[in-house]
Amino acid sequence: MENWSLFSLCVLLGLTSRWAVSFHSYSGAGKPPMFGDYEAQRHWQEVTYNLPVHEWYFNTTNNDLNYWGLDYPPLTAYHSLVCAYVAKLLNPEWVELHASRGYESHSHKLFMRATVLFTDILIYIPAVLLYCFYFCDGSSKQKVATALCILLYPGLILIDYGHFQYNSVSLGLALWGILGLGLGWDLFGSLAFTLALNYKQMELYHSLPFFCYLLGKCIKQGLIGRGFFQLAKISLTVLVTFALCWMPFLSDPKQPLQVLHRLFPFGRGLFEDKVANTWCSLNVLIKIKTLLSRETQLFLSFALTLLFILPSSLKLLSKPNLWQFKLALVNSSLAFFLFSFQVHEKSILLAAFMLPLLVKDGLLLPYVVTSLAFLFLSLYLLSHLTRTNEPLFWYFPFLVISVATFVWLEPPAKFPDLFPVLVSILSFLHFLGFIIYFNLVQLMEPQRKKSQKKTN
Amino acid sequence: TVMAAPMTNDQSWFYALALGVSFLKCLLINAYHSTDFEVHRNWLALTHSLPVSQWYYEATSEWTLDYPPLFAWFEYGLSHIACFFDKEMLVVPNLNYASPATVLFQRLSVIVADVVFFYAVKECCKCLREDKGKDLLGKPSFILTVLLLWNFGLLIVDHIHFQYNGFLFGVLLLSIARHCQNRHFEGAFLFSVLLNLKHIYLYIAPAYGIYLLRCFCFTQSNADGSLQWRSFSVVRLVILGTIVLSTFAVSFGPFIALGQLPQVLSRLFPFKRGLCHAYWAPNIWALYNIADKAFSILGVKFRLLDINKLPKASMTGGLVQEFQHSVLPSVSPLATLVCTLLSILVNLPNSNIYTIFVILSLLQPALFKIWHRPNGARGFLRCLVICALGSFMFGWHVHEKAIMMAILPLSLLAVDSRKDAGIFLMLSVTSHYSLFPLLFTTQELPIKIFLMLLFTIFSLASLKTLFRKGGALLNPLEVTYLLGLIPLELICEFVYPLTVWQKTFPFLPLMLTSVYCALGVTYAFIRLYISLLTCSDTTKKTKMQ
Repeated sequence: MENWSLFSLCVLLGLTSRWAVSFHSYSGAGKPPMFGDYEAQRHWQEVTYNLPVHEWYFNTTNNDLNYWGLDYPPLTAYHSLVCAYVAKLLNPEWVELHASRGYESHSHKLFMRATVLFTDILIYIPAVLLYCFYFCDGSSKQKVATALCILLYPGLILIDYGHFQYNSVSLGLALWGILGLGLGWDLFGSLAFTLALNYKQMELYHSLPFFCYLLGKCIKQGLIGRGFFQLAKISLTVLVTFALCWMPFLSDPKQPLQVLHRLFPFGRGLFEDKVANTWCSLNVLIKIKTLLSRETQLFLSFALTLLFILPSSLKLLSKPNLWQFKLALVNSSLAFFLFSFQVHEKSILLAAFMLPLLVKDGLLLPYVVTSLAFLFLSLYLLSHLTRTNEPLFWYFPFLVISVATFVWLEPPAKFPDLFPVLVSILSFLHFLGFIIYFNLVQLMEPQRKKSQKKTN
Repeated sequence: TVMAAPMTNDQSWFYALALGVSFLKCLLINAYHSTDFEVHRNWLALTHSLPVSQWYYEATSEWTLDYPPLFAWFEYGLSHIACFFDKEMLVVPNLNYASPATVLFQRLSVIVADVVFFYAVKECCKCLREDKGKDLLGKPSFILTVLLLWNFGLLIVDHIHFQYNGFLFGVLLLSIARHCQNRHFEGAFLFSVLLNLKHIYLYIAPAYGIYLLRCFCFTQSNADGSLQWRSFSVVRLVILGTIVLSTFAVSFGPFIALGQLPQVLSRLFPFKRGLCHAYWAPNIWALYNIADKAFSILGVKFRLLDINKLPKASMTGGLVQEFQHSVLPSVSPLATLVCTLLSILVNLPNSNIYTIFVILSLLQPALFKIWHRPNGARGFLRCLVICALGSFMFGWHVHEKAIMMAILPLSLLAVDSRKDAGIFLMLSVTSHYSLFPLLFTTQELPIKIFLMLLFTIFSLASLKTLFRKGGALLNPLEVTYLLGLIPLELICEFVYPLTVWQKTFPFLPLMLTSVYCALGVTYAFIRLYISLLTCSDTTKKTKMQ
């Protein structure tokens, strides 16, 4: 069968599972007064449509920041504005200032779900297809299999189409950035990644590898000649993109400061809820949240994040090729996840460890189905296309299934949080293991063949 | 390290496909379900709560039991498992009860019952001619498995609209597989069971009857394929008869003993219903209706007819009705039955002497002539498809879902021959599109479009690869017709609802869909008919079975 038909089948399967998951409940459905992320997105449409730009990030009479105030960069706000225009066309009640708070209806749900699907089809899915087509080794069958696995990845589907978010936009843009760099279009790649960064500040997790790769490449081309011009062009692209995105906020020095304040809420503390990172796990033994002052916490998290990120970044700087770049991305995001400030459990986008969140949203069925399907599919394809059958592969489904069973077990009365905490700690240990493993792989380069193939 | 016991490449892809489609079905649990959901819930309730003597008399709900007794027993068995999900669904007066547990149970029962279908598909794959050395995606058995397991019609009718067709078609396909494997007694038994599960399969009973009589009871043919009368085996006939009769006895026995047979039959064959279902199935009567409407409009316009004297042709509205036609003669149930019988009888296994006169002639001479050249299991399958399609084309109160009876067996033929693949593509795409009005909710719109594209792209690409030698499968006219479905869909579901006519003529998109698809279905029927007539020469030397 031809490639295009196989790829389109993958896309259609991915789209079908996405839309089928969207039939289910969303975050905060029917739960006044605060509802959930779904209501937050609707509220942002209301705010951006009805209020002038300089009020979006400020606490005013019309804009109560305590009720889902905007805490993503301006591109999210513009996206909400565009959606709001469409919403106004379909049904003005959806974005009525104040009156539309907590608005829930079947047609509104369809509209919101449709906006996610639209951006997914526009940004994320083409990026995945191009990535698999150009940057995966192996036969065309393996490329198609990879595309299928990526498109059916449960974490993204459940959060975007279930819980309700727009991660596909920022991830998609970041993926376009990676594609750009991989094809040698550095300017395009920087543009795409800057846009991703301006959509969700979480993309900072990936910013250091981008920076080090591009800088390393320019240095290699010679800082006196071509390299310098390249560096200048890239910096200009980034700066102009930032300026364009933040333009409405540059009129008054208070504006960007307020926006930054909303994006990085250092006031909220080291962590919230049960997150599988160092601070939450450490908190079980030593109550660092209460023990250390906020400044010390900030400093500690910054220092450790930097510590874990530095080796990988320096290695990438010295050897700027694609394979190093990919590994650095993994290491950087892991480091940020494990050690930075105010990390939310959604950041890891790993389905297994978001189980309590999803159960709360009423998404248990799609969670079980998509996770099992993904596990079986990827294991099946992996064993058939690579012709190996490491017993190690079976460790992961075992792990996921045992994590999932925690849902059904009753915790002892003395420690009602026992199981979520155990799951967090277990996950944390795994992530710690991963970051050490991937750092070692990147630093020691055991697979020389691959890196030679991928040098620019 | 390599695992000690590797997964055999031979069959694991089958289980992967089966598991994959089951996961998809689980994701659709929360989708829209039609009144058929309440129908089956009602049957669960009445078989569980009432004694057998009351089953066919119960009429609290408008959805009375209108399937044969074995299906009622099937629902009875299910009801015992339903107890563990939600006891309230088994209370008869709880009309339209649809708690989450009820929905979960009913959906899961369809998904689990599909295991029968999986097994049947596996058995059918064994009947195919395999080409060793082809890669997986080009293997006929792989293609057939996907065409059957991931069939668009089954997915949306069973797992969204809600029915048990997968289970029933599993029994049918298993019966066909058994005949292909020369295990005729099992095949006949399975078909009898099927008839007692859903009597709509009576439409293809003539194919079974003629095939078994001609090819099984007469154990041998002459060298040229014609009938050898001396080889008639009474033993086989008796055993077949016993199997069929005892199945019916087990099924209908209790009701005959209770003297309820007339009541049961009246429930099973309600001739009081109208010629067409609420939404016209894309068959001959859709074209007949539209012709009638056209003539009446033209007649009044050209003052050939007096509008006051015309009987009002009622075609609007969404209920099951009698159709009074304005200009053309109104069709009665008897007329349709006669048409159906004639169309079927003429299409049975090969005969070289077809003319218009034969079509109009009496039953017996036609029967006698078609006994001449049977073509074994392939011919039986072809005959079965034509019976199913013929009864769809001319049948009384045909539901558009009935087209599945023709498509699924045709898939078996499609992976075997080029011509059949072309006809299959035409028929499947057209009839799958004709199922669109079944899911009229906005939420299900993307699903039906994605799944339709999925199935269509796969069937086109895989069959094209399978038969890449010998030119295109579809001629330009057919391709144009199929492409015409895209603007049709855009107009009917996107453009038309935004126009002013939506309020005054709400039925127009349905009518357009039905008529457009009727053209495609009729075309496929004619081509199938012709291919049956013209393929006789290649089978003169075929050994019996």
